[in-house]
Amino acid sequence: MSKENKEVLYGLYDDEEYLLKAVDQAKAEHLEISEVFTPFPVHGLDPKLGLAESRLHIAGFVYGALGTLTAFLFMTWVFTRDWPIIFGGKPYFSAPAFIPITFELTVLFAAVGMVVSFYIVCGLGPGVVNKTLDDRITDDKFCIAFDVTGAEPTFIDKVKGFLSQSGASEVNTKSI
Amino acid sequence: MSAVVSPIREPLVTGGKSYHQITEDICSPTERTPSAAWVLAFIVAVTGLALFVFGVAWTIWKGIGSWNLNRTIGWSWDITNFVWWVGIGHAGTLISAILLLFRQKWRTGVNRAAEAMTIFAVICAGQFPLIHMGRIWLAFFIFPYPNTRGPLWVNFNSPLLWDVFAISTYFTVSLLFWYTGLVPDFATVRDRAKGIRRKIYNLLSFGWTGSAKHWQRWEALSLVLAGLATPLVLSVHTIVSFDFATSVIPGWHTTIFPPYFVAGAIFSGFAMVQTLMIMTRKILKLEDYITLAHIESMNKVILATGTIVGVAYLTELFIAWYSGYIYEQFAFYNRVLGPYYWSYIGMMSCNVLSPQIFWWRSLRRNIFVTFVMSIFVNIGMWFERFVIIATTLARDYLPSSWSYYVPTWVEIIIFIGSLGLFFTLYLIFVRVAPVVAVAEIKSILKSGGDQYVGPEANRTHASTKEAAH
Repeated sequence: MSKENKEVLYGLYDDEEYLLKAVDQAKAEHLEISEVFTPFPVHGLDPKLGLAESRLHIAGFVYGALGTLTAFLFMTWVFTRDWPIIFGGKPYFSAPAFIPITFELTVLFAAVGMVVSFYIVCGLGPGVVNKTLDDRITDDKFCIAFDVTGAEPTFIDKVKGFLSQSGASEVNTKSI
Repeated sequence: MSAVVSPIREPLVTGGKSYHQITEDICSPTERTPSAAWVLAFIVAVTGLALFVFGVAWTIWKGIGSWNLNRTIGWSWDITNFVWWVGIGHAGTLISAILLLFRQKWRTGVNRAAEAMTIFAVICAGQFPLIHMGRIWLAFFIFPYPNTRGPLWVNFNSPLLWDVFAISTYFTVSLLFWYTGLVPDFATVRDRAKGIRRKIYNLLSFGWTGSAKHWQRWEALSLVLAGLATPLVLSVHTIVSFDFATSVIPGWHTTIFPPYFVAGAIFSGFAMVQTLMIMTRKILKLEDYITLAHIESMNKVILATGTIVGVAYLTELFIAWYSGYIYEQFAFYNRVLGPYYWSYIGMMSCNVLSPQIFWWRSLRRNIFVTFVMSIFVNIGMWFERFVIIATTLARDYLPSSWSYYVPTWVEIIIFIGSLGLFFTLYLIFVRVAPVVAVAEIKSILKSGGDQYVGPEANRTHASTKEAAH
């Protein structure tokens, strides 16, 4: 988050249908939306906003593979190199017996890694304070925000006109 | 009011809710002063917790000798309770993960509370192996860490160690899954709060804003975590069953154990979800979110898994006879007709026979019957673990070492106290967090609620018609 204040002009919509229509309209009018905030995941919004697919699952695969290797190689090293012990007459390298722990650590690494990555890339975490535009965004309002820091008054009027004309129930400016 | 609903399915959110009304209904219980019912329940639960603490302290101070375990029966109530609690801890992740992958929308009404229940049940389960170690201050020996004894590593070939990894992984992943779902809802509570309360909920909500990109990542994360948790939940009880199945004890050494244990775990977990949900929806007035349709769906799962468990019991008996192996045959003869015959009867009647009443729709949709049945199933599943563990050990290979087991008061109060621990945690949870996933309920409102806006929306569902009369 930058320290300097941003002037944000935003409109609040009452329903996700209005929001989706407004996003389409903004695209048609070549207005650049800086952010959209919703109380729940609205399906069909991501392609309209041109958001690229999340790459978290790729990171998850990498973490999982790391877990697989860590577990299997570590157990192999312990039982064949560091301290070989015979259990129940089985070979030192008894791969089938390593499978359960290998599986568990694969899941553990993938899950923990993905969750930590998620919070880092989103800039969220314990103690983070993000200023929000309106308290009702986590309740029942759908918000389209435009960054109007240092913008021309004519541009601001154009955006205002767009917001109220596309069905926003409220249009406000806030510096965050 | 005749609402427009999907002609195909029963609505999952009733009462013609708006988005704001949903927020209001689900968040307000955390904002009011607690009701008398909650205070009373909390006092009872904390009393139970005090019993638990006392029993555990006694055990640690006096040693495992304060239990009635003996040379023959080395595992009894402690491991029974452990397996019982872990089994209960399976429903939450099953509901949140497997039902998410299967796109079952009814999960949204119950997933939050079921996941919380999972976490608390696993906490309860974890206590028993720890205190059974005797020298609990050396419990960290179960983890493979570099040490000054060689380093001497743990035995990675032992199912007991697999259990350590399975349970701790399961607990961690369930906790992450649950908390990540809670973050947007904590933000909803935060934005309704003022002063210090707002600060606390902001800390809990990790600064969530509801940005479209965050939601997209949040959904991607939920889906992959669900994909990971699905095999995980199946693996956990499979590995718990390996504690028994990889031994050479007749009655334990069977290949049927993993699927049989997993089915039993789902069965008992759903029963506990029912027990909790029926009380929660009543006390917090959430009947519009946890509807009869939810209760009926869960009863169907109970019927199916109870019947699978029943088939497993009969298969065990058949295989014991068919094996032609006298020790195996004796183990099962002893289970059914031996000194613990009463626990076998308890298991069969509570787990296999009684759930069959759910073939009738009217009984599946009857709250009182469901509540009583959920308690029955919990009792039956406790008996199942007792049957498997104690009766098998009581009659081993050497008749000279045959023994009988009754718990001491210490074991009894630890078990009753673990219920106190569980309910204390659950009651705190319902006061602090939204019990139903607010954001997820909103996202299904138009497709699964009674304001269905899809094709043929003007037709009314039969059950709504009934309600309108």
